[in-house]
Amino acid sequence: MSKVLMKGNEAIAEAAIRAGCLHFFGYPITPQTEVAAYFSKKLPKLGGTFLQAESEVAAINMVLGAASAGVRAMTSSSSPGISLKTEGISYIIGSDLPCLIINVQRGGPGLGGIQPSQSDYWQATKAPGHGDGHLLVYAPDRVQEIIEYIFTAFDKAEEYRMPAMLLLDGTLGQMMEPVSFDDIPTPVRHEKPWATNGHKNAREHNIINSLFLKPEELEIKNFERFERYAKVCENEQRYEEYMTDDAEIIIVAIGIAARVSKSAIDDARAAGIKVGLLRPITVFPFPTKAFDKIKNDPKVKSVLTVELNMGQMTDDVKLALECKKPVELLKHTGGIVPTPKEVFAKLCELNGGIKK
Amino acid sequence: MSIVFQKTKGLTDAVTHYCPGCTHGIVHRLVGEALEELGIIGDAIGVAPVGCSVMAYNYFSCDMVQAPHGRAPAVATGLKRSLPDNIVFTYQGDGDLAAIGTAETVHAATRGENITVIFINNAIYGMTGGQMAPTTLPGQVTQTTPYGRDVNYSGYPVRVCEMVSTLDGVALAQRVAVNNVKNVMAAKAAIKKAFEMQINKKGFSIIEVLSTCSTNWGMTPVAAMKWLEENMIPYYPLGVYKDKTKEAE
Repeated sequence: MSKVLMKGNEAIAEAAIRAGCLHFFGYPITPQTEVAAYFSKKLPKLGGTFLQAESEVAAINMVLGAASAGVRAMTSSSSPGISLKTEGISYIIGSDLPCLIINVQRGGPGLGGIQPSQSDYWQATKAPGHGDGHLLVYAPDRVQEIIEYIFTAFDKAEEYRMPAMLLLDGTLGQMMEPVSFDDIPTPVRHEKPWATNGHKNAREHNIINSLFLKPEELEIKNFERFERYAKVCENEQRYEEYMTDDAEIIIVAIGIAARVSKSAIDDARAAGIKVGLLRPITVFPFPTKAFDKIKNDPKVKSVLTVELNMGQMTDDVKLALECKKPVELLKHTGGIVPTPKEVFAKLCELNGGIKK
Repeated sequence: MSIVFQKTKGLTDAVTHYCPGCTHGIVHRLVGEALEELGIIGDAIGVAPVGCSVMAYNYFSCDMVQAPHGRAPAVATGLKRSLPDNIVFTYQGDGDLAAIGTAETVHAATRGENITVIFINNAIYGMTGGQMAPTTLPGQVTQTTPYGRDVNYSGYPVRVCEMVSTLDGVALAQRVAVNNVKNVMAAKAAIKKAFEMQINKKGFSIIEVLSTCSTNWGMTPVAAMKWLEENMIPYYPLGVYKDKTKEAE
């Protein structure tokens, strides 16, 4: 297997191109600028479009246009930029268009900082724009997995006709890891009879629209969309379990927090603490199925969430556990990443010390 | 009997929602006729704005996308970059194009985006009930300028054709009006030319159409036409502000 050393941000762009996305529209913002830089080198030579837009607002609307045309299209940004895109994201949701949005999160609110964060969790999973609506949200924890889920995201976005997001933290965008493109899947091609690509006088005119002035009509649209979301929740939950079989303590963490937690778990296991990791890979849909086992498992004494925010995912964890297990939170915000030592110390505390 | 006039195939059979006396109907017909005469209905993709003409997607018979407020040129950019051989146009009002969407307009223009913009300037926000537009004339009474637009307080109107004609990416910038038969004919020729320039890949083309809003101006349709002629045309002179085909000669 041939491997190359790649930054997360570069892997995003390379994987997207290989997944058949030749149309990228973006605006510079730290810490994801390498995504656009990579596309700007590659796409013109492939007959695609790399366009540096005048604003985040314009970039997401260019994606709306390209997605309407029926091509695979994407944009990438970081937290403050995603806030600007929320208008367009809402319209894309309301127009049932597939596309991919990357959020390489940095600390907030406001201009915040430029160091890694997971503080857009609520925005991504609960309120990606005005109105009732959702994104498919994937939260990989390593560069190879970013590559894998770029393919999944485009495929599922088209299958369910909804936008998808890769919710990353700044660490994942910036870290370099050896990756392979040997085992990448063949991109799944979905028919798009709804696309506005010129009817050639051979079919009715297609309309891509999110306006429905009759309340009954708009309600039907929303009900229909939420039926699709129900299918998404049923069929698209993804998660990883690490040493959970005999675990008495379960850590729940995503992205870089999960990587750190794995190191802490290895140390804790060496010290005799029975701890495992449940790592959501999809955060919408939240992998509630994984929690069904945990919530009724008498072995599990407590659950620890590790987050780079003030505990946004912890709400979902508590809901999924139906409050049947105590949930503790280890948090850092503002761009600080918890250390394995810190997580290990918390595990010792939860375990009532180390019993040898 | 031979047919001497019929509705253009560029429009659907939908009944429009426009007020009596509104000139959107005229401009819709002109765009539809231009598409039909150039044989591009099947290739065209229109982008509808937010505002009175939001439901243009129901009226034009080509494929249509409805954009967020002011974002039509960005949506059109995404469409055109993905489908360079199709014909892409936006249809926007003054609030959409020259207030909330100014950035999208100016940057699509300066990029020389090969799209056509049909810009309806009626100096008022129609859909929301008659507020001040970026193109509301000095002294003009609207819902939000009840004492008349005071330029020392609300600033001056935007002259869009003059502004964008300074940009190198603009191939055609022309202001027309639809207040009489002669001007309607000239408007039709300008719209058709704008599409022809897109077909010939000349770059960004914009046709500003001085229009009336008798409802929110509080006038009869006939009085509104007269008001346009006496007030709007002097402030927004008709004419060609930029024409790359002329420069090339």
